Amino acid sequence: MHNQRKMVKVYIMGESHMVPDGSTILTAIEYAGFQLKRGVGCREGYCGACGTIYREAGDYKLKGGLACQTVVTDGMAIAQIPFVPAEKPIYDIAELTPDEDTFQKLFPTVFRCVACNTCTKACPQEIQVMDYIQALIRGNIARAADLSFDCIRCGLCALRCPAEIVQYNAAILAQRLYARYLSPKHPQLEIRIDEIAQGKYDPEFEEMMSDTRENLAKKYYSREIKLG
Amino acid sequence: MYPEYMMESIKKVEKTRPKRLELAKKYGKQVYPPMSESDREEILSKFHPDYKEESRRVIRMGPNKGEKVTTEIADLLESYARIDPDIIDLENITEETDVLVIGAGSAGLAAALEAEAAGANVTIVTKLRLGDSNSMMAQGGIQAADQVDDTPTLHYLDVMGGGHFDNKPELVEALVKDAPPSIKWLEDLGVMFDKNEDGTMLVKPGGGTCRSRMHSARDYTGAAICKVLRDEVYNRPERIKYIEYTAVIELIMDDKGQAAGAVMFHLENKQFTTIRAKSIIIATGGFGRLHIRGFETTNHYGATADGLVLGYRAGAKLLFMDSVQYHPTGAVYPEQILGFLCTEKIRSLGAQPVNNEGELFVYPLEPRDIEASAFIRECLERDLGVKTPSGLYGIWLDSPLIEELSGPGTIERNLPAMLRQYKRFDIDITKYPMLVYPTLHYQNGGLEINDKSETTIPGLYVAGEASGGVHGRNRLMGNSQLDIIVFGRRAGINAAKRARTDVMHGALTLDHVHSYNKEAEDLGIDRKTVSPMVLPDYIPDHVKAKQLTAHYEGTIL
Repeated sequence: MHNQRKMVKVYIMGESHMVPDGSTILTAIEYAGFQLKRGVGCREGYCGACGTIYREAGDYKLKGGLACQTVVTDGMAIAQIPFVPAEKPIYDIAELTPDEDTFQKLFPTVFRCVACNTCTKACPQEIQVMDYIQALIRGNIARAADLSFDCIRCGLCALRCPAEIVQYNAAILAQRLYARYLSPKHPQLEIRIDEIAQGKYDPEFEEMMSDTRENLAKKYYSREIKLG
Repeated sequence: MYPEYMMESIKKVEKTRPKRLELAKKYGKQVYPPMSESDREEILSKFHPDYKEESRRVIRMGPNKGEKVTTEIADLLESYARIDPDIIDLENITEETDVLVIGAGSAGLAAALEAEAAGANVTIVTKLRLGDSNSMMAQGGIQAADQVDDTPTLHYLDVMGGGHFDNKPELVEALVKDAPPSIKWLEDLGVMFDKNEDGTMLVKPGGGTCRSRMHSARDYTGAAICKVLRDEVYNRPERIKYIEYTAVIELIMDDKGQAAGAVMFHLENKQFTTIRAKSIIIATGGFGRLHIRGFETTNHYGATADGLVLGYRAGAKLLFMDSVQYHPTGAVYPEQILGFLCTEKIRSLGAQPVNNEGELFVYPLEPRDIEASAFIRECLERDLGVKTPSGLYGIWLDSPLIEELSGPGTIERNLPAMLRQYKRFDIDITKYPMLVYPTLHYQNGGLEINDKSETTIPGLYVAGEASGGVHGRNRLMGNSQLDIIVFGRRAGINAAKRARTDVMHGALTLDHVHSYNKEAEDLGIDRKTVSPMVLPDYIPDHVKAKQLTAHYEGTIL
């Protein structure tokens, strides 16, 4: 197959390799003979293991992408960034307050944001990274949590940030604070937990668990389907 | 973008859309009659890949000897250890811990957090990074009966019916009863579930559910959960230690038959080290990267069933290892995303599967094995699938219908990962349907556990996809995210409880590895067949042919 398909040249860490046209950066690296251990994860764009810096032929810009989601072009130069040694503050979520003070203490660099938008440009998920950092500066945790939600922690934002902010670690804290403290609660959840603890459903469980397969099947196929 | 000839078929889909929209408005999700028990049996036996003669074979060694299992599993388990056990120094153990957790997806992370909360020292060992797992990739949701018109018993009935009533009842009871408390545990840790404006949970149906009980976090549900659990593990460094890029390749036993430790192998510096533990939890996930029956997979790079090998070789029994889950909706176009998951939530939100004529042919929310079989029948028997440029078949998943039903912006709000995935390849799923076909997704069976996550080996626990019994022979959507939390926590709690008792180890031994190797030798198994697999290999053959010494196969040679 490798003889029939149109091939393109890529530079993996500076070294040239011919790979099939249409490959992603990830499959191109494998095609060249590397069995990856770092810089590879879910292979579908969910885990952030394969953050990659690349430059296309004739362009001066260094772009960021996920190796598993970016198709190679002829003359592309590639360097994988499998790990970012960024600072991660340790905290007890139960001891925090959902406000600006918490970020002042744990992520003081957030307040050094110069609004250059480099982080947003670097994000392979097209998240409005600078906007959520600005929201944190204003103490709007709900908005920061919402804007940052699709972050997969590849780390490319932090690598490019001139203010040394670790955006993705601030983002997960915003999300956790929002879910635990700020989001309105679902009242039926506590009620149901109590009902289960008090054994409300136990007689029915006992009956079903000791029932014959035939009877259970009968119950199953005749159950009412009510999809709200 | 789709090629011209596919656009012709898309025009037919667009033509039938108003009629199908009307059906959906009139009947809700029930736009097509669900199958009866006999319909289900018939379509499974004719079209489900598990029912092909060569899909299963009798395994000739180990605790399940003489039983039929998935062929690729038999091939994996009828093998030698990667190491000659005699080279491992059991007198000088490298590390000690109370609870050893093998694997760092959400089951392993939840187990570690609960064991730590119970006072145990925990060591997590993972062959890639903390959080690298199928858990991180789960999209659609997590089930819990916390709505007024729902009950845990209805959830129980759905799980049993979906699993063809083969499930272990005690495990299903634990699963559904622990579901609401698990949602609360996750929310308290900081997982952002989708909510209605008044704070009530936004829930949707899934395949084979009789109520809407699918909680989601957009279509990043698994990532939302796994990221929070990992962040929490980072926050407890005093009692939780983690070792990355290190594969456990063998369990260590003691001469009383207890699980007592593990042999570890660092993927890069190639060192073998050992760890002693009072309790051991296998949370290594599933087997998608075995590419069963040649299928593409939705699974993580590390999903190579290592935990099954470890447990089986130590004497733990497998349950339902003859059953494989093919997710109905894996991408078949464009080629770069072949086999990738198109979440069931797309159908939960109202998208309908239609053939190349734009016609409905199945109830969109059948359990996965039934739905997948219906797709295969439509393509292979009725020849009503859409052929791709590389010769594969697909069914249209009519995503634009979602916005016709619930308004513009619904896809961006609820399916941002899907929208992003296709946009990267110039396809706008708010305007055009997605082309899908069944893809290898989930290991229905695994190492048998009880409701404490215990195996029959003292000190050995299993949680999540590596375990067997919860889902019978077919798991429903949203019950895997639930399973890993419920049984991850149970494993952690019970493992810590055991570690607090006076666990007295006898002499450490790898005799079980010796006898397993001997059994393989007696069967005449090829010496090059070693396991666990640890990582798949996607290097092309013409390159591999020149890599004369690169492929590590262990010391047994």
